[in-house]
Amino acid sequence: MLSKRIIPCLDVRDGRLTKGVKFKGNVDIGDPVDMARFYSDEGADELVFYDITASSEDRGIMLRVVEEVASKTFIPFSVGGGIRNVADMRAVLLAGAEKISVNSAAVRTPEIISQGAAAFGSQCIVVGMDVLKVDTSQSIPSGYEVVIHGGRTPTGLDALAWAGKVQELGAGEICLNSIDADGTKEGYELTLTRLISEAVSIPVIASGGAGKPEHLADALNQGLASAALVASIVHFGEYSIRGIKDILADQGIKVRQVW
Amino acid sequence: MLAILDYEAGNQTSVRRALDFLGIPCSITADPDVLLGAAGVIFPGVGAAGQAMEELHSKGLDRVLGEVVRTGKPLLGICVGCQILLDYSAENDTSTLGILSGECRRFDPSWTDESGRNLIIPHMGWNGFQRKKECSLLDNVPDEAEFYFVHSYFPVPAPELVLATTFYGREFASLFGRPGLWATQFHPEKSGRPGLTLLANFYAYCNEVAHAQ
Repeated sequence: MLSKRIIPCLDVRDGRLTKGVKFKGNVDIGDPVDMARFYSDEGADELVFYDITASSEDRGIMLRVVEEVASKTFIPFSVGGGIRNVADMRAVLLAGAEKISVNSAAVRTPEIISQGAAAFGSQCIVVGMDVLKVDTSQSIPSGYEVVIHGGRTPTGLDALAWAGKVQELGAGEICLNSIDADGTKEGYELTLTRLISEAVSIPVIASGGAGKPEHLADALNQGLASAALVASIVHFGEYSIRGIKDILADQGIKVRQVW
Repeated sequence: MLAILDYEAGNQTSVRRALDFLGIPCSITADPDVLLGAAGVIFPGVGAAGQAMEELHSKGLDRVLGEVVRTGKPLLGICVGCQILLDYSAENDTSTLGILSGECRRFDPSWTDESGRNLIIPHMGWNGFQRKKECSLLDNVPDEAEFYFVHSYFPVPAPELVLATTFYGREFASLFGRPGLWATQFHPEKSGRPGLTLLANFYAYCNEVAHAQ
């Protein structure tokens, strides 16, 4: 039986973690490679790196990080941020990532999804969607709009229609981030998560809003997500991945408990 | 030394990184002499059966693989490298290597998971296994361990070859073969410690065979 995945998300700028990731009295917190090992040892099922490097000249730093992560941890991981074309995808995959995540670039040029899927297989292509709740309208019948640039720019795309479109174009997975829930620690946006999960036949990763393990349980049960992304809930040592998994398992959710 | 068969499979460098981490000497190669001179061969694979067969055929590597098996050199096929050891794959309606008897079929999206929902295809993520026969590759791998899978087609080898099974919509062979000729549908190189243990077990077996000769 397939396990539900718990996926820590690490934001990297110029080769270092951006958020002040803090643990209760252990571990150097700035190095993405150390953190990847730490989370892998803790039972993370997968990792996500978002490269928020400002300049494209520094892209090489990220590729070195990817290579080093791939040489020291042996679980799947994806890399997103600043990927504009198939050549960028190839560079990241060759450096050792399993998957590439595209977000704004996919909105601007949807063909990047089909091109990536054709070149590397759908299983490599994750489409990240940032979604904002809006009033329903003729162009946004679901009441959920896709936004880009970290939530600042509306796109006029209906999230439900966009999810169907990216699947059709060959996306292998959707990482669904609610801008409304993000950072609140009050739980994932369950209505949105379920809406999209029911509409597509590819895995959906719930993102944004996790504040306690029960929130993950809700996203996986009620939201029908295949996986849950976590950031501050684990980065600040409030919960461990192992601890979260124990709680999920107690609630009857199938998670990987031996690694 | 282990040889990793070079036919531009997507995961060949991941396999090399895992072996490097374990301190196992290895080389990614398409050179028949190196392949036949190695203690064992790993046959990786990501992608489609049709394309993989074409690639092997155009480089004459299908014959080299046959030779590896005939000379009794240990071989480990991974994912697509596991599937195309069989006779046939429904993927691209491809006649495959026929080194182990059986075929490869597609998961049917009308099959359901434990909660009654239609299967998501590909089968992607971590899943467990059940031992069906003694297999030294699984030495020191806990029964509750899980492996990482990414595939839309699943192997159906001859029943006597099944070593371990996994459930996704139905029970399928996730590890099959016989001593010295093994195939894993999952990716040991991406399965954390249990996967690394399996690779180390393979190397240990290769060394035993090499020393016995």
